[in-house]
This record gives sequence, structure tokens and C-alpha cells, in this order.
Amino acid sequence: MKNLLHIVFLIPLLPFFGFVINGLGRKYLTKGLIGIVGCGSVLVSFLISVWVFTEVKNGNTYIASYFDFIKVGDLTIPFAFQIDQLSSLFLLIITGVGFLIHVYSTSYMHGEEDDHFGRYFSYLNLFVFSMLLLVLGANYVIMFIGWEGVGLCSYLLIGYWFKNTGFNKAANKAFIMNRIGDLAFLIAVFWIISKVGNVNYGDVFAFAQANKFTTTDLTAITILLFIGATGKSAQIPLYTWLPDAMAGPTPVSALIHAATMVTAGIYMIARSNILYSLSPVTMNIVAIIGLATALVAATIALRQNDIKKVLAYSTVSQLGYMFLALGTGAYVAAVFHVMTHAFFKALLFLGSGSVIHAMGGEQDIRKMGGLSKHMKTTHATFLIGCLAIAGIPGLSGFFSKDEILAGAFAKSPVFYAIALGTALLTAFYMFRMYATTFKGTFRGTHEQEHHLHESPAAITVPLVILAILSVIGGYVGVPEFIIHGAHFLGDFLFPVFAASYEVLKPHEISHQTEWILTGISTALILVMVIFAWTRYSRKPDMEDAKGFGKILQHKWYVDELYEKIIVRPLNALASFLNEVFEKTVLDGMVNGVGRLVNYGSRQLRLLQSGQVGSYVLLMVVGMLLFFVFQFFLRK
Amino acid sequence: MPINYYIFLAISLFCIGIVGVLTRRNAIIIFMCIELMLNAVNLLLVAFSKMHHLNGVAQGNPAAGTDGQLFVFFIMVVAAAEVSVGLAIIVMMYRNIHSVDVNFLNRLKH
Repeated sequence: MKNLLHIVFLIPLLPFFGFVINGLGRKYLTKGLIGIVGCGSVLVSFLISVWVFTEVKNGNTYIASYFDFIKVGDLTIPFAFQIDQLSSLFLLIITGVGFLIHVYSTSYMHGEEDDHFGRYFSYLNLFVFSMLLLVLGANYVIMFIGWEGVGLCSYLLIGYWFKNTGFNKAANKAFIMNRIGDLAFLIAVFWIISKVGNVNYGDVFAFAQANKFTTTDLTAITILLFIGATGKSAQIPLYTWLPDAMAGPTPVSALIHAATMVTAGIYMIARSNILYSLSPVTMNIVAIIGLATALVAATIALRQNDIKKVLAYSTVSQLGYMFLALGTGAYVAAVFHVMTHAFFKALLFLGSGSVIHAMGGEQDIRKMGGLSKHMKTTHATFLIGCLAIAGIPGLSGFFSKDEILAGAFAKSPVFYAIALGTALLTAFYMFRMYATTFKGTFRGTHEQEHHLHESPAAITVPLVILAILSVIGGYVGVPEFIIHGAHFLGDFLFPVFAASYEVLKPHEISHQTEWILTGISTALILVMVIFAWTRYSRKPDMEDAKGFGKILQHKWYVDELYEKIIVRPLNALASFLNEVFEKTVLDGMVNGVGRLVNYGSRQLRLLQSGQVGSYVLLMVVGMLLFFVFQFFLRK
Repeated sequence: MPINYYIFLAISLFCIGIVGVLTRRNAIIIFMCIELMLNAVNLLLVAFSKMHHLNGVAQGNPAAGTDGQLFVFFIMVVAAAEVSVGLAIIVMMYRNIHSVDVNFLNRLKH
């Protein structure tokens, strides 16, 4: 066991070395070398992660403490890693999917100049490093370092093509919205420090389990942490950055904005599950916000025509699903969905990247159509991704989604109904996009049609691997009611959530009810898939929508609303401070001090008359004053 | 003679010196007044030293206070050196501005 602890720090360190080498050598290394360093470092991390995974299977938790990160007074924050079931599962997802996306990037970004190619890979490696730090940290502060690191990398990669002003604005938006959440996270950490006196997971959770938190403290801490999660994981009200983040290169969208970074919020809540379980108010808030986000984002996705925007809103919606699962206490379902979602959403994003690549940068699905004839592998894998996310039985999405729906039903049938409605919308918009892109006739220019081609192996191989994972990934969590005792993931994660189960005591719903629920949802989803498929194969939406559709196409005008009620007043305040407050009050104060000194010294200068007599007189007066003070005034 | 007399004499000499320095404009008189102040202090030193000596003799310590008497000679030597420098300055002053009135010496301002 000692060996494991000695080597686990290499998991984040290798991508960090990749970042340093690629970042410093971007002007000197060739693309081949950069690709090898970038992919190789993540691959080795993946192999170590697999080994770590096998070590924790029997339910152990290991804490590897390296040095004291902060030591002030009574507060000691160690730089320590926690290796348990939850973090090792996330390690596998991050390094595994991350590696595939790195490989994909070597081909997708090949058109870039050498030094930009190096810059891209160094950012990507830095991201993997930060994300690994986030999941490995054994306390909230180390998690926060990773939390900020992934935010930074997200900013850098969204604004990767920094010559485009719009992209820079999208990057700023993502960063600023994340900061709002980060602030809440930070306050929560301070709150924990002030109550518990330390931020190690073990101590904080033991403190909570012993019921030493007051209800107010616990509710406030969990809500603040959740606000942090809404920023990072794009939930209402901080979700609008994620669709704009599609300005970055497509592999970035796949890695950061679908598979890993946006699930950091889910990881954080799953990690702090005991705090949430003890705070029913927050649980309800989490569930409701998750549900609302899932529904709103799904409705917006119905009417988007940019292939990446559809996927972005779909991601927001699926993240909402995961929060619903967390809020209903179905922690395993949430983590399960993180995993399956990482597979099929990364697959869909990479597939869309392959399509965009073939179309020469075109992202509007109205100008595509009939691509299945030209891109067989991309088409097949994309279809698998769509089927998986829609929740067709037998694919990974079905299992995780079904578990979330069951959890929602156990909490309240209303939650179930809305979640099912969202699932139907998901099936609809995914197959609207699928049919518009791959079926029907080609609607682009002749030149584009001439250029249509299947992507090279570095792109299709990751697609195929992810497609296979999207199919089989669900079988680690076959629900209890289908095969007894086949939910390996649930058993694997049990030690992490054991304390929460004791608190929550989730009531089981009967197997018969589950069969009925699954039957209903599957039937409805199938109908939806067939309806969307046939309808949009024949006649895609070519015109801009009218009426209600127009509201959806404009994303419920949320961006405009934020612009009006937050951005404009802030800008007005800033320009007032700049033009009025600074010029009169601040400049006045500074200039006033200068003028006072000037005036005072001009008056004092009169004392220097040059008359020796007056100097002597002043000296004598001064000495007399000392005498008077010495003899009469001193006590 | 009681020590009080010496103290009053020294204070009177010192005050005369101060008033002279403050009120007169002739550099030579100012200089003399400064010497007066210096010697007032010297006188006080000698007087206290003598007093100390008498107290010491009464307590069986005949060497007490003799160092004060010696010290005064050093002060007088230093004062003599200072006088020569001061008078030389006054002579140079007279050569330059044909007057020994200190109010003409206001160049320190510049």
C-alpha cells in the first residue's frame, strides 16, 4: 500500500510537466513532439489512475499528506491528497476521456501554427493538472486551488483564438460568472474554518455527523457551496456562460465544457454529501434549481441551429439532471450520470467537431444535411451518442437517467413528471439535430459538398472508443429491479455515501413501480425519437421561428435580461465613478493635499529671515519653553 | 560663603549675556556676551565643585570634587581657541562689509 502513496502525486504532476515543457518549448518543439508530450503525460496519469482504482476497490480510503500548505496560528492546512472510491472514479474519467480528447486534438488542431499548437496543448495539460488537483485534494482549500485552476484554463481555452473580440468576450463572461460562484465557495470555506477550525474532509464531515453545526450554519455553508457549484457547473442563474464558451475549439468544449470541468460542482456536492444530507432545505433548493435548469436549458435547445449550441444547452440540461439527483439524495445516480454523460457528451462534441472539420468551419445545422453518406464513422458514432443521451434501453444513458428518474419519483411525483418531460425534450432536440445534420439532402454550397470527407484516424479512433464506452458504460450500474446485485458502481461508491444513507434512509420504491416507470419513459422517448427523426429528415427548420419558438430561439431573452438589470447598471455606476467621483472627489483630495503643503511651506518660509538675531531669539524662546515644561508642567 | 550667592551671581551673568546677545547689533559686543554666558556656567561649575569637595572632606574623602576644578581649565583653553576663531571671523566681516553690525549679515537666507 505504501507504494501507492508514493506514486499518487505523479498523477497530477505529469500533466503539469507536460504543461511546462509544452509551454516553454512551444516555439522550438515540433508538432509531433508536442503531441507526444501532451498525450503521453495524460496517458501515464491514466495508467497510474487505473492502478489506483484497483487499489481502492475493497473500500479503503487513503490520505497522502505531503507538506503543510498553510500554517497560521491554530490553523493548519496540509497539502494532502485523498484517494477513495469517488476520487479514483473521477481520476479515471478525467485522465481517460482527457487522453482521448488529447489524441483527437492532435489532428483537429493540426492546422494551427507551431507555437499556437504548443500553447493549446500546454493549456490543455494545465487544465488536466488543475482538474486532478481538484478531485484529489483532501481538503476544501486544495480543492479550491484546482477549482480556480480549471476556471483559469477554461478562460484561456475559450479565448484561445484571441484575435477574435467576440471570443474574448465569451472568455471574460465565463471567467466573471465563475468568479461569482467562486466567491461564494470561498466564503463557505471561511465559514467552515471559523466553525470547525480546519478544512480536512474527514474532520468537517465528522463534525457535521456529530451534529455540532447549528442548522443555520449548515444551511448557509451548503447553500454557499451550492452557489459555487452553480457557477462552475452552469446552473440557474449562472448558466449563460456555458453556451457562449462554445467559442473555444471543439475538443475544449468536449473536455472542459462537457466531460470534466462542469462536473466539478457535482463532484464537490457528492464529496460533501453528508453536509447536504443533514440540511434538507438545501437539498430541496438543489433539486429545484437542478430541475429548473434541466427544463429551461432543454427548451432552449429545441430551437438552436448551431450544432455546438444545441450540445451546450444539452450539457446544461444534463447537469441540471445531475443536480436533481443530488438534491433527491440519489448521489450514486448523479455520479453515475457524470460518468455516462462524460462518455456520450464527449462523443457528441467530438463528433460535431468532426462534422465542423469536414464542413470547413460551418456550424449551422441548416446548412448541413445528408452527411451520413459522406462520413460513415462519424455518423455511426454520433447516432450512438444521440441514442445514449436520449435514454434508449441498452445504452449507457438509459441506466443513469432511469436511476435519476427513479430517485426523483421517490422524492415527489411532480419532480418525476418534470424530469420525464425534460427527458422527452432531450430526445426530441437531439434527434432534431441528428436528422437535420445527417439525414435529408445536403444544403451547403457545392464547394463544401466537394470537400466533404471522413476525418483521419486520430479523430475517428477516439470517436469509436467513446462510442463503445457510451454503449457499455451503463452496465456497471444495472438497476436492482432488472438484475439483483448488479449495480457495481453503487456497491463501489457505497463507502463514500454510507453516512448519508444513514441520515436520509431513502425509501425504496417497489420493483413493480419501477418497471412501470421505466416502461412509460422508454415508450414515450421512443415515440419522441421516431417523431423527431422522421419530421426533421423530411423538412428541417429553415426559417427563423415565430411566436413562442422565437422566445426559445432567443434563449428566453435571459442574456438580454442580465444585460439590462446587471451589466448596464454596473457599467453606468463604473462610468459615474470614473468620470464624476474620481475627477472631483479623489482627484480633489489628492490635489488638496498638494496645495495644502504648498501653502503651508510658503508661510513657514517667512521664518527664515536670515537675521542672526531672530534665530537666536527663537532659540532662546524654545529653551525657555523647555524650562517651563520641565519645571512646571511635567508631572 | 553659601552656594546660593554663587548661583545667583551665575544666573545674573547668564541673563545679562542672553539679553546682550538678543538686543545688541554690534558683533563684538554679542561676542563678549557669549563669553559672559560661558563664564557664568564656568563659575557655576567651580562653585559646585567646591561645594562637593567640602562635603567630601566632611565624609573623609579629601579627593572629592578636584576633577571639577581641573575641568574648568580645559574649558578655558577651548574658550580661548574659540575666541581667536570668532575674532578672526569678525575681522573678516569688517574687511568685507566695513561694519560689525550683524543685521547686515542676512545672507544666510540665500
